[in-house]
Amino acid sequence: MKRPVLIWLPALFGLLLCGLFYAGLRNPDDHIIPSTLVGKPLPEFDTPAALPGRGGVASADFTDGKPRLLNVFASWCVPCVQEVGVLARLRERGVDITGIAIHDSTTEVADFLARNGDPYGAIGLDNEGRTQVAFGSTGVPETFVIDGTGRILYQHIGVVTDADIPKLLDLMREGR
Amino acid sequence: MRRLLMALVALLLATPLGAQDLAEVSLPDPRQEAEAVALMDTIRCVVCQGQPISGSNAGLAADMRRIIRERIAAGETPEQVRAWLVERYGDWVSLQPRASTTTAPLWLLPLLALAGGAWIASRRLRRRAR
Repeated sequence: MKRPVLIWLPALFGLLLCGLFYAGLRNPDDHIIPSTLVGKPLPEFDTPAALPGRGGVASADFTDGKPRLLNVFASWCVPCVQEVGVLARLRERGVDITGIAIHDSTTEVADFLARNGDPYGAIGLDNEGRTQVAFGSTGVPETFVIDGTGRILYQHIGVVTDADIPKLLDLMREGR
Repeated sequence: MRRLLMALVALLLATPLGAQDLAEVSLPDPRQEAEAVALMDTIRCVVCQGQPISGSNAGLAADMRRIIRERIAAGETPEQVRAWLVERYGDWVSLQPRASTTTAPLWLLPLLALAGGAWIASRRLRRRAR
């Protein structure tokens, strides 16, 4: 009779579930949602200039053969203050940084840059978060590495720190 | 006096129309609005992650609501808009799981369980009948 064996099956299944749930406790959902556009071309977007006398940002600007960093930031974003100094060091090493300010205004952006330094080339203003959603970005700050053909090579979620500089420089070389 | 009153009423009516932000204001077509709201109820907010964007105060959720209303007003179907969002944020953003190879177990497991249960029940019943 195979019955005595079968009778243990539900208990075994229950134990298996317990193990699975326990493993799930130790491995919580990390709540970081990466953009699924990494590795794909930039989505269509066009933002007006955040500052007078400096260009806005459109997807067509990224296909001129030059790799760029695209930094999504905001003057109201506290960690961005810390990040701007790191971006300035990247700029000193020849990295072209394009900014997109989210839910912001010309005077606030100008004030933010005057206080914390200005590592940006062009800065676009995205008051309705359209570019952010088009990119699959979930917050500020976020930094994208865009290669010379306008393809997204990498998405950095959160503050860029000095420890990230070598990796970003490598990616910039790769994007040429 | 009457004219002044009329002007006042007109002014009151004109203000909300002028300040229309589709993140918060319904579409004029009730059928489209119902479609948009139904979609918003099943799109997960990427900021406050347990909530659908219809019930979230996050700025990014408002941005998504605006985009959804605009796209639906422009004639897209809710599923087209959902696909557009999933293309950016992955399956994660949709609270309504799609049928794909990764979600196949989710759809197939209940069917398998039902089939297994039916099999066990039929065996039992047959044995009892004997």
